[in-house]
Amino acid sequence: MNPVTILNSTEFELTINRLCYQLIEDHDDLSNAALIGLQPRGIYLLARIEKVLKKILGHDDILTGHLDITFHRDDIRRHDVPPSPSSTDLDFDLEGKNVVLVDDVLFTGRTTRAGLEALLHFGRPDKVQLMCMIDRRFSRHLPIQPDYIGRWVDTIASERVEVRWKEIDGQDKVILYSDKEK
Amino acid sequence: MSGLSVDHLLGIKDLKASDIELIFSTADGFKEVINRPIRKVPSLRDTTVANLFFENSTRTKLSFELAEKRLSADVLNFSSSGSSVKKGETLVDTVNNILAMKVDMVVMRHPDPGAAVFLARNVKAKVINAGDGTHEHPTQALLDAYSIRERLGSVKGKKVLIVGDIMHSRVALSNIHCLKKLGAQVMLCGPTTLIPKHIESLGVKVETDLLKALKWCDVVNMLRIQLERQKGGQEQFNLFPSLREYTMLFGLNKEVLDRVGKEIVIMHPGPINRGVEISSEVADGANSIILDQVENGVAVRMAVLYLLAGRQ
Repeated sequence: MNPVTILNSTEFELTINRLCYQLIEDHDDLSNAALIGLQPRGIYLLARIEKVLKKILGHDDILTGHLDITFHRDDIRRHDVPPSPSSTDLDFDLEGKNVVLVDDVLFTGRTTRAGLEALLHFGRPDKVQLMCMIDRRFSRHLPIQPDYIGRWVDTIASERVEVRWKEIDGQDKVILYSDKEK
Repeated sequence: MSGLSVDHLLGIKDLKASDIELIFSTADGFKEVINRPIRKVPSLRDTTVANLFFENSTRTKLSFELAEKRLSADVLNFSSSGSSVKKGETLVDTVNNILAMKVDMVVMRHPDPGAAVFLARNVKAKVINAGDGTHEHPTQALLDAYSIRERLGSVKGKKVLIVGDIMHSRVALSNIHCLKKLGAQVMLCGPTTLIPKHIESLGVKVETDLLKALKWCDVVNMLRIQLERQKGGQEQFNLFPSLREYTMLFGLNKEVLDRVGKEIVIMHPGPINRGVEISSEVADGANSIILDQVENGVAVRMAVLYLLAGRQ
């Protein structure tokens, strides 16, 4: 099976726009919300969402941050080499905030679990929600479900979903690879 | 992505420059962690670490223990005073008994050079050398270089002066290896009796005039005079006439620094003998990064523990 394109660049943009309007439906002008991208690849979705939100809302007042979950992973000793960390950049108080964790692909839910744990080290938000560009449903290892979903994809464990970003990969695209290819 | 090229941290000599860079980039992450409101991550919660100290230590022992606790490891502490070592138990037996209690990693300080290498060959656990006699003290060298990198942006091309008792100093030897691997220039300064013969073969310069040496360097690392390692002990000095003379010729104080006429970063691995190798004014001054070294020590040791524990 050839790699399958799940979202092309037009659909990609539409999806991002829709996610932004969904956020506004729930959070008004986002004055009490904080959008936090999970390292390493959730930060690209966050940056895109932030850009579109600013345009729609007409103000720059959106709290955003980056969260690295490397040291909170539960599989450190299952790899040949321990994973390398990225940076965490959270310079505001989470107390009373409505946090939206932002990641590109939701698969087993283990990254989100680690993200929740890492997040709670910074304070006690009022509420935490989860946004993902791609939800690989039926493959969860933990009872974690997203609140904002770009696209559902039904996959088997050996397949791989890659979200490509114009900023780093040259184009906006979501691709599904079968187990044989890279 | 690759991990460390070694299974144990026995000395800087065994590391590649890429290993040191990996430890530094990992330590950057941990430095952020130890400045969070909750300074703890669960990375090593399934790991047990034994700290075996066969020689006195304050800083290194506390720093390792804190690093282990910040990583959520279970920690066993052992010091040789008051233990069965005094009853004649061998090192391997002592450690194997501790390992029988299911310990994954051993951090060891020992008065004999090579003790860590010996241990790594004879026991089934990852070994971190926390100082073996006059041989190496790798984590100290790593945190020193990390602190230079933090203050000056990089280590490469920097001129680093190490002053004092080079002969008895494991810190000096580890520092020389570490700084050379990272591309720094290294100069040693001290009484000729405290500088080993042929040390130039490691690619370092030697200078006996402190003022000349200071004019050359960007960073100076002042070592402690190790009275306990000299044959005569506290009362007698076999290798230089008197502490007072040492202080006059090799002590770092404001007057000397004023004569140098440029900004130099001041380092000291501790414990400081105030008024001997360094004056209080200099040790506590704006260019001193002595306390940054202590803070960075925890982050660097967390990185070493994390990277070794994660290896299969």
